[in-house]
Amino acid sequence: MTGSKFIKTVVLLIWAALLFAPFLFQDVRSIEVAARICIFIVLVASYDLLIGYTGIVSFAHVMFFGMGAYGTAIALDHIGNGWGPLALGTLCGLVVAVALAALIGLLSLRVKAIFFAMITLAAASVMLVLAVQLSGFTGGEDGMTYRTPDLFKTATKLWTDADGKVVRIADVKLNGKLAAYYMVFAVSAVLFWLMLRMVASPVGTVLQAIRENEARAEGIGYRVVAYRTAVFCIAAAVASLAGSVYAVWLKYTGPETALSFDIMIDILLMVVIGGMGTLWGAAIGATLLVLAQYYLRDLMGVAAEAVSGVPLLPDLLNPDRWLLWLGICFILLVYFFPRGIAGTAMARRSVKG
Amino acid sequence: MDQLSQTLGKMGGVFLLPLAVALAAFVLIGAPSSWLTLTVAGLSMGMMIFLMASGLSLVFGLMDVLNFGHSAFVSLGAFIAASTLAALSGWLGSPSVLLNIAALLVALMAATAVGLVAGLFFERVIIKPVYSDHLRQILITVGALIVAEQLILAIWGGTPTTVLRPEFLEGSWIVGGSSIQVYRVFAFGLGALVYLALYLALNRTRIGLLIRAGVENREMVESLGFRIDRLFIGVFMLGSALAALGGAMWAGYETLITPALGGEMLVIVFIVVIIGGLGSINGTLLGAILVGLTSNYVGFLAPKVALASNMILMILILLWRPSGLSPAVK
Repeated sequence: MTGSKFIKTVVLLIWAALLFAPFLFQDVRSIEVAARICIFIVLVASYDLLIGYTGIVSFAHVMFFGMGAYGTAIALDHIGNGWGPLALGTLCGLVVAVALAALIGLLSLRVKAIFFAMITLAAASVMLVLAVQLSGFTGGEDGMTYRTPDLFKTATKLWTDADGKVVRIADVKLNGKLAAYYMVFAVSAVLFWLMLRMVASPVGTVLQAIRENEARAEGIGYRVVAYRTAVFCIAAAVASLAGSVYAVWLKYTGPETALSFDIMIDILLMVVIGGMGTLWGAAIGATLLVLAQYYLRDLMGVAAEAVSGVPLLPDLLNPDRWLLWLGICFILLVYFFPRGIAGTAMARRSVKG
Repeated sequence: MDQLSQTLGKMGGVFLLPLAVALAAFVLIGAPSSWLTLTVAGLSMGMMIFLMASGLSLVFGLMDVLNFGHSAFVSLGAFIAASTLAALSGWLGSPSVLLNIAALLVALMAATAVGLVAGLFFERVIIKPVYSDHLRQILITVGALIVAEQLILAIWGGTPTTVLRPEFLEGSWIVGGSSIQVYRVFAFGLGALVYLALYLALNRTRIGLLIRAGVENREMVESLGFRIDRLFIGVFMLGSALAALGGAMWAGYETLITPALGGEMLVIVFIVVIIGGLGSINGTLLGAILVGLTSNYVGFLAPKVALASNMILMILILLWRPSGLSPAVK
């Protein structure tokens, strides 16, 4: 099997596992993890369009994610929990995100990559501060808890038997929670598929040409700034949609879940670990890291207790310090495997096993 | 119009901007006493930011290296100074002013020394393998920032640390009805001193000449037989030490610090070097003073807008001068 096929098979297996996740892993936490993986695959893949395919380093991706989340959340919180507000909020978030992306892109994509990175970082931090400060509108530091359309309520019965009880398939209740999960799954899968199509299209090839040799792409006659701005807007749109879906799934939106810089770091880690420049890698990176976030911490807690007598070591193995180890892995990865898991595997002609 | 711009250019050109901002604020605020307080606050804040930003700007100018991990030195300096001051609380508590000053000096020097060593380590281990590869540079330095922040969190903990201040820097002077905090004057003085030293070193010494030449045209300096990479290590260490010193000063200014301090300052530092133009010390000073003044004035005049004021300032200046106010010749 060639490396490329191997990676694609792995990603398809991940999606298959996500499709049957509610039936395979039947506890509340697993469903949370599965939904988070779905959303982060989309988010990371859209970021990969920027960093991997076009060579744009942006730190504002979480800002667009947050705009989608906040748009939906504000509409659901202030207007009501119907489908209308949901659609309106999602649309508003999307429009604002794309407009802002276009503005930032046109203003600053002409300048050096490094300038762009700094400007997006500043923009994202201002947005975070604004979201915290405008507390009447956004719920401030505490965020917002709201109700989503009735279909997604846990109490909703999708299918009832003769006694009026919820039908179970393989011991899984067909309730609103399941509907919400499959909404998350479907939207994520469609968005991921659309991005795959886009990358395979002629546009995707132009983007790679820009990444490889900007002057040459310009010389052949492609308008580099226009393409860059366009891909920045597309990535922002996808991120905003992912944010909206996440807002509906969590029924809560706050700075921690939608806007914090920690999420940006997560995205960055995921895309580099998975492999830049391959959307398949984004899926692998997102899956690995979300799993690590949920399960590695438990492991570290156990390890910290095991060495509790030794000075400093328990502090370093504290579950809260897991970012430290991830950061070290990240640096080593950028040094030795700059193409990440997927990139390294795909470069090989064959993989054992 | 041409004449006007020529005259302005002779008088200092863009370097008149802080003056213009201060004058505009004087009219808008209307109360001289509050204006004076705010101006002193803005100037001292600007000087502390200048300390943090100058190294970043020089490093970029000389080697085209942008260090996203720069703010780690700021946090490190802040915490080292806080710990040193806490350890020397006996000296701080004593009535003798000399001992107070000694404690302060030791703390600032400890922060600077740690900054130097950390800078050397950082340059050798993190930056050197990825010269001239911007994408990997950004990624690696961000990774290093994560690690450094986590280490600081592991050592000093997440709860806010109180920073002790020597007695003689507490309180404020009353000048013509406006109160001026002593610490702010001290911070301004120290920043001005460092700027002066940097200015003299860059303009009056041989090494300074080489650095300026390197910023302008690195290949040419290399082809003349100078080891610019060694020079670069020195500049990088100096920049880290200055950042640590700035962090230490900032810690005394805030008096309550958390490991998030560096991350918060990073954005301001970036805005400052973008406004000032990368690679030039004068530009960085200009940017820092502008940011310090505007954030204080706007904070007084329209507190709601204050948070976005730096961002707005940056956008305005980038629209006017896309490569910053006073960039080094490139």
